[in-house]
Amino acid sequence: MSLLEIRNLTTAFGTESGQVTAIEDISFGIEPGEILGIVGESGSGKSVTALTVMGLLPRPPAKILSGSVMFDGQDLTKLSERQLQKIRGPGIAMIFQEPMTSLNPVFRIGEQIMETIRAHERLSPRALRDRAVQLLAKVGIPSPERRMDDYPHQLSGGQRQRVMIAIALACNPRLLIADEPTTALDVTIQAQILDLLMDLRDELGMAIMIITHNMGVVAETADRVLVMYAGRIVEQSPVERLFDAPLHPYTRGLLDCVPSLEHDRPRLVAIPGSLPEPARRPSGCRFRPRCAHAAPACAETLPILAERAPAHAAACIRLPEIAAAMAEPA
Amino acid sequence: MSEVLPLAAAPEAVERAPKRRHPALAALRRLFRHRLFLTGLFLFGIIAFLAAAAPWITTADPNRLSMRNKFLPPGGDYILGTDNFGRSLWSRVVWGAQLSVIIGISVVALNAVFGTLIGALAGYFRRVDNVLMRINDALMAFPAILLAIGVTAMLGPSTMNVILALGIVYVPRTARIVRASVIVLREMEYVQAAVAAGAGHWRILRHHILPNAMAPMIVQLSFLFAYAVLSEATLSFLGLGAVPPTPTWGNIMAEGRDFMRDAPWIIAIPGVALMLTVLGLNMLGDGLRDVLDPRLRIQQ
Repeated sequence: MSLLEIRNLTTAFGTESGQVTAIEDISFGIEPGEILGIVGESGSGKSVTALTVMGLLPRPPAKILSGSVMFDGQDLTKLSERQLQKIRGPGIAMIFQEPMTSLNPVFRIGEQIMETIRAHERLSPRALRDRAVQLLAKVGIPSPERRMDDYPHQLSGGQRQRVMIAIALACNPRLLIADEPTTALDVTIQAQILDLLMDLRDELGMAIMIITHNMGVVAETADRVLVMYAGRIVEQSPVERLFDAPLHPYTRGLLDCVPSLEHDRPRLVAIPGSLPEPARRPSGCRFRPRCAHAAPACAETLPILAERAPAHAAACIRLPEIAAAMAEPA
Repeated sequence: MSEVLPLAAAPEAVERAPKRRHPALAALRRLFRHRLFLTGLFLFGIIAFLAAAAPWITTADPNRLSMRNKFLPPGGDYILGTDNFGRSLWSRVVWGAQLSVIIGISVVALNAVFGTLIGALAGYFRRVDNVLMRINDALMAFPAILLAIGVTAMLGPSTMNVILALGIVYVPRTARIVRASVIVLREMEYVQAAVAAGAGHWRILRHHILPNAMAPMIVQLSFLFAYAVLSEATLSFLGLGAVPPTPTWGNIMAEGRDFMRDAPWIIAIPGVALMLTVLGLNMLGDGLRDVLDPRLRIQQ
């Protein structure tokens, strides 16, 4: 059984101009110990998906219109705030994009880690401190015993992100949601943090949902990938297949935007246009106005996610034509 | 991308601040290098000392009448002279200082408790925000001193009622300031991170929001002390404060007003004391603001 099973999840926001859906009909699962990557442009609904799972969206204005989020036999969308508090931490933990602002500036980092443990467990002060030191050591903070008494401003960005991970790990979560965990960091530090996340997965067996707009991050870490566009999943695939044989034109476009040293390409190919505003989404396929392969039929129905190969699904009605077009040299 | 550095040798570990000092200590150090703050502290310190030491530094009973000695100018047997009833002005002004400081402290305490409570609730829980802030706005719609006069006139003149009236006048103002910083802090990522780690509302307010809202609060309270002292003087000048013959700066000045031409010291001495107190507190508050407000610190 999956650790997390999301079915037909639709979340909307009430705005002045009426209700606008941020994510629509999202269904996917995460297995224990799996790393799932969610990619897409800013505004594609990646973060809203994560925040809906955590129950962190302020309601109102957010509203879950339909669907379920099954975790550990419970539907998280139906739980009260108090019940959710018990899940957050020991069940699902989350780390955020900005390590510079994700720590409380007025408390020592050790205090902040212990604080999180204290929220869920009763431990003696001694055991509490030992546990916090262990956590710091586990996330690769050198001389953790001394760093316990540091304030956040005394640490670099990479170290703060490590501390954030230590806080997230404080209650041994079974699922860790990492929302753009490396976006704000230098490239070398990015690689270290990603490496750390993978090591922790191997060591603790927790599942990780990693949200990013960086294809490189996905390639390096994920087992399976979801590609989101304008609030919907457009492609879902094991990571190797996605890079070897992408199906959806949007995924192809995303991969073409990534600079590569291996392929000799004169220029990077950008996807023309930009993500439609949620209130002004086109009819039919949402990627249609930006798609090189769009046909009149694309405007008529919203393509549904359908399996085209084992474990590989895409939401596009023109896949055969596109495959044919790609096969013959231009 | 594929070259990954080993975890143990994380190079970022090397770059850290060499000195480890508690931020509160660092702030104190900066405060004690701040001239304006030190001057303010000195001025207010004098008044606070007079207030605290009143029973020991005054020999004459502030209320003892001595018609033979009325209108004595400063100097001589009475260091600051006497008033129209021959009462020692030194004693009266020093005991008046004590009353001013007691009222100042009480009003600040009322504000620290209720202003923080109302501000934090309104800022954090959106549901009560509208109700609390509309009541707040209604109270703030009255000019401060007019409302204070109204409340004391209704409750009757007494020290307790002055404290109550000034509380009613200033708590909404403090609550607004607290609410503003809570609203900003509520959206901080570390608050969201704490929610994501399973923290409840109470824990978040106590650990993540209020400690970070303390700095603007401290600055506000130091100015508030000055307003409270000034307002108390105004009220008792108008006859709405502590009941005579209890000496307050306001009622000494009110009595002295009639003799301004012949015995100007009666009104001038409490006036100067009041001015120095307010000036000192304002300088103190300015210094605190310079040191505690991170936005100002960047500009320096």
